[in-house]
Amino acid sequence: MAVSTLIGAKIHRREDPRLVSGRGRYVDDMQPTNVLHAAFIRSPYGHAKISRIDLTEATKAPGVEAIYTARDFEKILQGAMPVTNSFVADKKQPIGWAYIAKDETRYQGEIVAVVLARGRDEAADAASLVQVDYKPMTPVVDIDGAVAKGSPTAHSGIPDNIAWDTTVGGGDVKAAFAEADVVVKQRILQQRLFPIAMEGRALVVEYTPIENKLTMWSSTQVPHWVRLCLTLATGIPESNIRVIAPDVGGGFGSKIHIYPEEYLAAAASKLSGQAVKWVEERSENLTATHHGRAQIFDIEVAAKKDGTLLGYKVTQYVDTGAYVSVFSSFQCSAYAIAEGAYDLKNVEFRTVGVLTNTTPTDAYRGAGRPEATHAIERGIDLVARELGMDPVEIRRKNFTKKFPHTNYLGLIYDTGDYDKALTKALEIANYSELRRRQEDLRKQGKLIGIGLSTWIEVCGFGPGQGHATTFAQIAAETLGIPYDQTEVRTGDTGDTPFGYGTYGSRSLHVGGSAVLMSSRKVVDKAKKLAAHLLEAADEDVVFEGGRFYVKGSPDRAKTMGEIAFAAHRDNLPPGMEHGLEATTYYDPPDLSWPFGAHVCVVEVDPETGAVKLQRYVAVDDCGNVINPMIVEGQVHGGVVQGIGQALFEEVLYDHETGQLKTGTLREYMVPTANEIPEFVTERTVTPSITNPLGAKGIGEAGTIASSIAVINAVCDALTPLGIKHIDMPATSDRVWKLIKEAGK
Amino acid sequence: MIPAAFEYARASSVEEASSLLNRFGEGAKVLAGGHSLVPLMRLRLAQPKALVDINGIKDLDYVKADGSRLRIGALTRHVTIQRSKVVRDNLPILAEVAGEIGDNQVRNLGTIGGVVAYADAAGDYPTIALMLDADIVTNQRTIPAEDFFQDLFTTPLAPDEIVTEVVFPVASGPHKYIKFRRRLFDWAIVGAAAQKLNGGWRIGLTNVGPTPVRAKAVEDALQKGAKPEEAAEHASDGLEPADDLRANPEYKKHLARVLTRRAIQQAE
Ligand SMILES: Cc1cc2nc3c(=O)[nH]c(=O)nc-3n(C[C@H](O)[C@H](O)[C@H](O)COP(=O)(O)OP(=O)(O)OC[C@H]3O[C@@H](n4cnc5c(N)ncnc54)[C@H](O)[C@@H]3O)c2cc1C
Repeated sequence: MAVSTLIGAKIHRREDPRLVSGRGRYVDDMQPTNVLHAAFIRSPYGHAKISRIDLTEATKAPGVEAIYTARDFEKILQGAMPVTNSFVADKKQPIGWAYIAKDETRYQGEIVAVVLARGRDEAADAASLVQVDYKPMTPVVDIDGAVAKGSPTAHSGIPDNIAWDTTVGGGDVKAAFAEADVVVKQRILQQRLFPIAMEGRALVVEYTPIENKLTMWSSTQVPHWVRLCLTLATGIPESNIRVIAPDVGGGFGSKIHIYPEEYLAAAASKLSGQAVKWVEERSENLTATHHGRAQIFDIEVAAKKDGTLLGYKVTQYVDTGAYVSVFSSFQCSAYAIAEGAYDLKNVEFRTVGVLTNTTPTDAYRGAGRPEATHAIERGIDLVARELGMDPVEIRRKNFTKKFPHTNYLGLIYDTGDYDKALTKALEIANYSELRRRQEDLRKQGKLIGIGLSTWIEVCGFGPGQGHATTFAQIAAETLGIPYDQTEVRTGDTGDTPFGYGTYGSRSLHVGGSAVLMSSRKVVDKAKKLAAHLLEAADEDVVFEGGRFYVKGSPDRAKTMGEIAFAAHRDNLPPGMEHGLEATTYYDPPDLSWPFGAHVCVVEVDPETGAVKLQRYVAVDDCGNVINPMIVEGQVHGGVVQGIGQALFEEVLYDHETGQLKTGTLREYMVPTANEIPEFVTERTVTPSITNPLGAKGIGEAGTIASSIAVINAVCDALTPLGIKHIDMPATSDRVWKLIKEAGK
Repeated sequence: MIPAAFEYARASSVEEASSLLNRFGEGAKVLAGGHSLVPLMRLRLAQPKALVDINGIKDLDYVKADGSRLRIGALTRHVTIQRSKVVRDNLPILAEVAGEIGDNQVRNLGTIGGVVAYADAAGDYPTIALMLDADIVTNQRTIPAEDFFQDLFTTPLAPDEIVTEVVFPVASGPHKYIKFRRRLFDWAIVGAAAQKLNGGWRIGLTNVGPTPVRAKAVEDALQKGAKPEEAAEHASDGLEPADDLRANPEYKKHLARVLTRRAIQQAE
């Protein structure tokens, strides 16, 4: 890409002044007149039969306009909610997910009735008066329990809890393991997490009967998908449905799914003939919004004595929760980058989906890629330890070095230079000095650990991440107009063409490229028009700094503004249509593969087991950078979420009742700024060749790399005690228990 | 997150508050900083019939050094205790404890009377009150801390009784409170306090039982000349901590010993 001024500039996010000064417009800010407030009655049990629903008292409560149950919705909503199986060919038992439970509930939080009342408080009061008689059944709440022989099933009447069981592979895994000098095996827990967006979900929906029109404001990452799904469920034509995502206060994947509430609120508006509003409460958010991760990995790595990796076997168990959610199969995408940054062709990856009586799981920041990275990066450290090698040395030895690279599945990695990123990270962290210091401190009984993660990811197949800024930078630069004169509109199906939404770090790679291509189309047309107005041949016109002129006479120029105006007047070249607009649907020819290397330093208190983060260095390569400030922000946020998983967060269920034990943010610990060390973030730049910007995604990088960098550091710190592995979160009590057992 | 409906009245004196409580009868509650009560109401775990707001009673908000005693009004906010020069001079450990409660919002609104009356096992002031033999003064009587913290969330307060003051001995000698938690603004998983007073040690523990604990066995061992590391081994004598998500009983007992030793060693 040519040297440019705007692309690559550190420009403050243009959405920030509005958002940080309280002028954002979120769904809850929408206040239609005569709106009814919805409250959802949810099952308190993991698994139960509904024997009776008594609405007598609730119906009499002040302000109540209507209460609906499954029977009422049957008239409006067809079939069941859609699930995808694109990644999983031979799903064993596709289980429909009803919009609302009728006879049986299968997770705490599943909806059984909807109250509509004039006030939000009245809806809440009436909800507490709805009497549901449940007959609790024995729930299954975790993978081990659900796959055990003779375990109860998550749904009545299904033969077992397996939702899918698929194996992919490449090379000759058997031969690789036969040839190996060492084989390491490890079970790795990817604990269940809450996505915890700052803003929960929220809806305002209005159905107008005579025109048969539906307008929905939803805090969603995928407005066009919501529209499509509403059409499928209600039969209202897509052209009559408008879905608007105004400011969205975070998603991290939790808003890419089309939820029961969206269908039910739309149907309730149709049934009641009035606008309906619902704003999720935090405690509701923790049961009703999908969860992330919830997986177990069994890995086996085969290697030669010199550290050369030979083969890799993985079994991934995904706890799907009670239903296979819309994008849940994203989580299996761990298989796509199973071997990480290493040139390893003999790989076998089995993925097993397991139904349980818990909140459905779905994509959470990184979806599949943090899990895959965690597994291979843990595996390679274990091999290094077995062979007495330095973790740096074994990585260098096995890095993929030639690009484009075809991986074990036939996917093509566009570009990369993994060693360069690692070398830079090690330099910044002062690695050799750190190792020396670690030795000295160990002699004094102090436990310092250094953890590495060299990560790669795949993106472009697929969130607020500063689009208003980066897209504007691209358009302004290409069109040669001032940045301030650009405006970015997204999120309203009423005035934007179909888009898949924002997930999988795809926005820049795909959306940004489309902005670039549209801008180029505009420039091409403007140039033809300029040539006509300047009475010159097309080839003789130069476009520079926002001005068009004939070669050699820059004083007689037309600005982009003048051309835009002229495009609506009569003096057009023959055959040219009015206007200066362009639409591009960009489908990238191939995926882009960002990568990087992170180094984390921790200290473990040998007496209490407390882990203290001392230092964190992140070197990431996301190709050409449109706005370094936004890249840094995305990396910081991602790293913090990964640290959250490594050290703090864990969703726990009660085995007897199937209820959350971590039902509030007092028990579920999201880290705060206090717990986070200072970061050093740096970059290497290896442009992508699969999109015209040369950019790669960055939204998920931090999360993909950081949980394992922290865990490898904790394991490294515990090495002198003979401890090889620790599961997440590495809380002090868990560390202490390992230390105590090691001392026996 | 929306509480059930309740009545509300604001009192401007302790007498008025007490008579309002009487008038509303059973199910009425005092509202101080609201940082324990309101979260419970929002989850509908508490559904008081009426709230009597005491935030308007200005003469319950004070810190006074009174000879060998430090008197703190029930409505004194954590932030006031944290910053007060009088507290720093006369009972510095209390200022340090206050500075480690919750986050800014909690410290700006939460009150010492509220912490004491609520009697959460993880409350920090109760440990200091118990180990230093503080008095809890109400509009009806004076209750020694030893008799006040009876069980989890259980005190001898009558429904119309209002805590007006907490009275501590002055103690400015070596002291340390170590609060072990995962995040800076969390409640203690275990807390250990050491304070030199009248030539002896006072040792207290937070969140190792239904009430705060005074570690008399440790105090006695130190009195008999044991080294801190020896004495601290007694910190878990007789403890029966509850199992919770953050720590099992065995780990809590272990922490009690380690933190007690560190508190004594680090006291200054
Ligand atoms: C995020 C968070 C973290 C926290 N961390 C800690 C911590 O680490 N350590 C700690 O000790 N506390 C902590 N707290 C609790 C905080 O200190 C509360 O403010 C305190 O427990 C209650 O004080 P309050 O003034 O807010 O009382 P309120 O919430 O108003 O009342 C609590 C109870 O006491 C009663 N009450 C209040 N005042 C009186 C009175 N004068 N007489 C009689 N009854 C009264 C009320 O009726 C109610 O039952 C935390 C709170 C939050 C929200």
